[in-house]
Amino acid sequence: MTMDRMLTLGTRGALAVVLVVVALMPVLCTTFFTSQVGLTSLWLGLVAVSLTFLSGYGGMVSLAQTALFGVAGLIAARLSVESGWDPWAAALAGILAATAVGLLFGAVASGSQGIYFLIITLAFAQVTYFYFAAVPTFGAHEGINGVRPPAVLGDPVQDPARMYWFLLVVSVLAFLGLRHVSRTAFGLALQGVRDDPVRMAALGYNVRLHRTLGFTLAAPVAGAAGVLSAWSNTRMSAGSISLAIAILVLTTAVIGGLNRLEGAWVGALIYTLCDTYLRGWTDRFTTWLGVVFLVIVLVSPGGVVGLLGSATSWLHSRLRGGAPPPAAPSTPAPPVPVSSGGAR
Amino acid sequence: MATQTAAASRSTPRPRPRLPVAATAAVVVGVLGLLGVLLQAFEKGLGTEGNVPTFLLITLNGLTLAGLYFISASGLTLIFGLLRVTNLAHGALFLLGGYVALELVQDAGMSWWLAAVLAMGASGLVGLVVHQLFLRWNQGQDLRQALITIAVSLILADQMLAHFGATPTAIAPPEWLAQPLSLGVYDLAYPRFRIAMLVAALVVGLLFWLVYTRTRVGMVVRAGVDDTQMTSALGVNVQLVFAAAFFVGSALAGLGGVFAGTALSLAPGQDQAFLVSALVVVIVGGMGSLGGAALGALLLGLVDQYAGAYLPAEYSNLSALLTFVLLAVILAVRPTGLFGKAR
Repeated sequence: MTMDRMLTLGTRGALAVVLVVVALMPVLCTTFFTSQVGLTSLWLGLVAVSLTFLSGYGGMVSLAQTALFGVAGLIAARLSVESGWDPWAAALAGILAATAVGLLFGAVASGSQGIYFLIITLAFAQVTYFYFAAVPTFGAHEGINGVRPPAVLGDPVQDPARMYWFLLVVSVLAFLGLRHVSRTAFGLALQGVRDDPVRMAALGYNVRLHRTLGFTLAAPVAGAAGVLSAWSNTRMSAGSISLAIAILVLTTAVIGGLNRLEGAWVGALIYTLCDTYLRGWTDRFTTWLGVVFLVIVLVSPGGVVGLLGSATSWLHSRLRGGAPPPAAPSTPAPPVPVSSGGAR
Repeated sequence: MATQTAAASRSTPRPRPRLPVAATAAVVVGVLGLLGVLLQAFEKGLGTEGNVPTFLLITLNGLTLAGLYFISASGLTLIFGLLRVTNLAHGALFLLGGYVALELVQDAGMSWWLAAVLAMGASGLVGLVVHQLFLRWNQGQDLRQALITIAVSLILADQMLAHFGATPTAIAPPEWLAQPLSLGVYDLAYPRFRIAMLVAALVVGLLFWLVYTRTRVGMVVRAGVDDTQMTSALGVNVQLVFAAAFFVGSALAGLGGVFAGTALSLAPGQDQAFLVSALVVVIVGGMGSLGGAALGALLLGLVDQYAGAYLPAEYSNLSALLTFVLLAVILAVRPTGLFGKAR
C-alpha cells in the first residue's frame, strides 16, 4: 500500500514539476519559442480537448469543433475590430454564440451515432466554412486582420509572456472543468450513453438529451480556443476553419490520445514542435504527420498518453517484483473507436 | 448475454424521432426551389432569346456531374455496404486514378481507354493493399478504420503533391469524344465526353444491378451485406469477397478520377472535394444502398448546378453551402439516410 501511495505521490509530483516547467516557459525560452510553440500548442490543445472530451466521454468523434472555434473567433474578431467593442465583451459574445451554435449542432446531430455522427459534423464544419468564406461581413476569404487582444495581456508577438500565462490558466481551468463534469452524475450518464445507448434508454435516460448537452458543454471550450487563437495570431479567416484544419485537430487529438483529456495538449505540443522545426528539413511534412497518425491509430489507440500510461504500469509491476500490474491507474477507458454498429 | 443485447438492438428499431413536420417542410422547400428554377427558366417563353437554352445546358451539366458523382460514390457505398468501412481515403484513390491516367496518356502516349483501365487497376491495388495491411484486422471497429483511412489519405495526398505538382492539369479525352455534339435544338452543342460520362455512369449502375440481382457473386455479396457471419458459416470465403469488394470499390474511385481529370481537371485538394461530395451522395441516399447513391448523385448534381445559376445574385456565393445544408437536414430527419437501414 505504501508503495502505491508513494507512486501516486510520485505521479502527482511529476505532474507538478511538468506544470511548473510549462509555467516557466516564457522565462526559460526565447520569445520566438514562447509565441510560436507555446501559444499555438495551448490554443490548439484547447480546441482538441473539446474533441477529446466528446469522444472519450460521449463516444462522439466530431469534426465540427473547428466550426465552433471559428464562430467564436470570427465573431469576437469582427466585434472588436470593426464595431469597436471591448475585447473581453467581444470574446464573451463570441463564446456565447459558439455555445448557442453548439446547442443547435448537438441537437441536430444527437440522433446520429459513430460514423454518421462524424459525417453530420463534417457537414456542419463545411457549412460553417463556406458561410464564413462567402460572407463579406466576416471578411470572406481575407478574414479579419489586426485583432487586438486586451491591453492587459500585452503584445502576443513582441512580449508573449502574459498572453501565454493567460492561455495556460484557461487551459488548466478547462481541463479541471471538463474533468469535474466527467465525474458528476451527468458525466457518468454520458459515459453510459457512450457505452450502451440502448440500455441507457431502457433505464430511462434521455439519450439524445445527454448527447446534446455534452456537445453543448464542449462548445464554449472550442469557442474560447477560437478567441484565444484570434488574439494570439492577431487575425482569423475562413481558412482557419477549413476541412484540413478540422482534420488537423482530429489528428492532434488522436496523437495525444482520445482517452485522456491531457492527451489533447500533449498531441498539440507534439504537432506544434514538429510543425515548427521539422518543416525545415523535410518537404514532406504532411506525409510524416500521416505516418505518425497511422502508427498511433494502429499501435496505441490511447495515443502517446496511452503509451506513457502502459509504460508506467509496466514500471509499477517491475517495482513490485513481478506482481501482476495494478488495476488500471484511473478510469478503465475502453478503446475509443467504439463500433457504432453494436449489433454486429 | 452479449448475443441477447445484440439481438435486441437488431430487432428493435433504434428510437428515431418522428419529425413529419421537418420532412414535409424539406419537401416543400425543395419543390419551391424547383418551381423557382423553372419559373426563371421559362419566364421568357420557349424562343431562342429566352432562358431555355441556358436552362438545358445547366440541366445537362447537372446530369453529367451527377454521373461523375455516381461513379465514385458507387465504390464508396459498395465498400460501406459490405465491409462497414467508411473509406475516407476514397478521395485520395480517386485523385490517384486521375493522375495515373494523366501520366500514361501524356507521357507514355497510351490510348485513353487503356490508361483508364490501368488507372482503375492502380487505384484498386492501392485500396486492396490498404485493406489487407491496415483494415482487415480492425474489422468491426468502424471509427478506428475511419481514422486509419484519414491517415492514409493524408499520406497519399501529400505524396501525390510531391510527384505530380500543384498545377491543375487535365487529361486529353479520346479523339472521337473530343468534339462537341450537336443537340439538334436551339443550335446547342455539348461536349461529347461529358455525355459519355453520363453513359458510363448508367453502364456502371446497370452492371452493378445485374451482378447484384442476377449472378451468384451478387447473391453472395447480398448475403454478406445482410449477415456476414452466417454467410461465412455457409462456407463462403467472406474475406475473399471483402478483398474483391475493396478492390472494385477503389477501382471505381480511380475511374471517377479519370473522368473528373478529363472533364474537369486534377489538382491537389480535389481529393477532399470529391471525397466530401461522394460522402454527401452516399449519406443522402443511405450508406450501402446503390439506388440511394443514384438518387443522391442526381440531387447533388442538380442542386449544385441550379443553385450556382439561379440563386439571386446576392446569395449566389452561398451555393456551396446549400449542399451541406441538404445533407444536415436529411441526416437530422433520417439519421441513416433516405434508404439506409437502421443498424
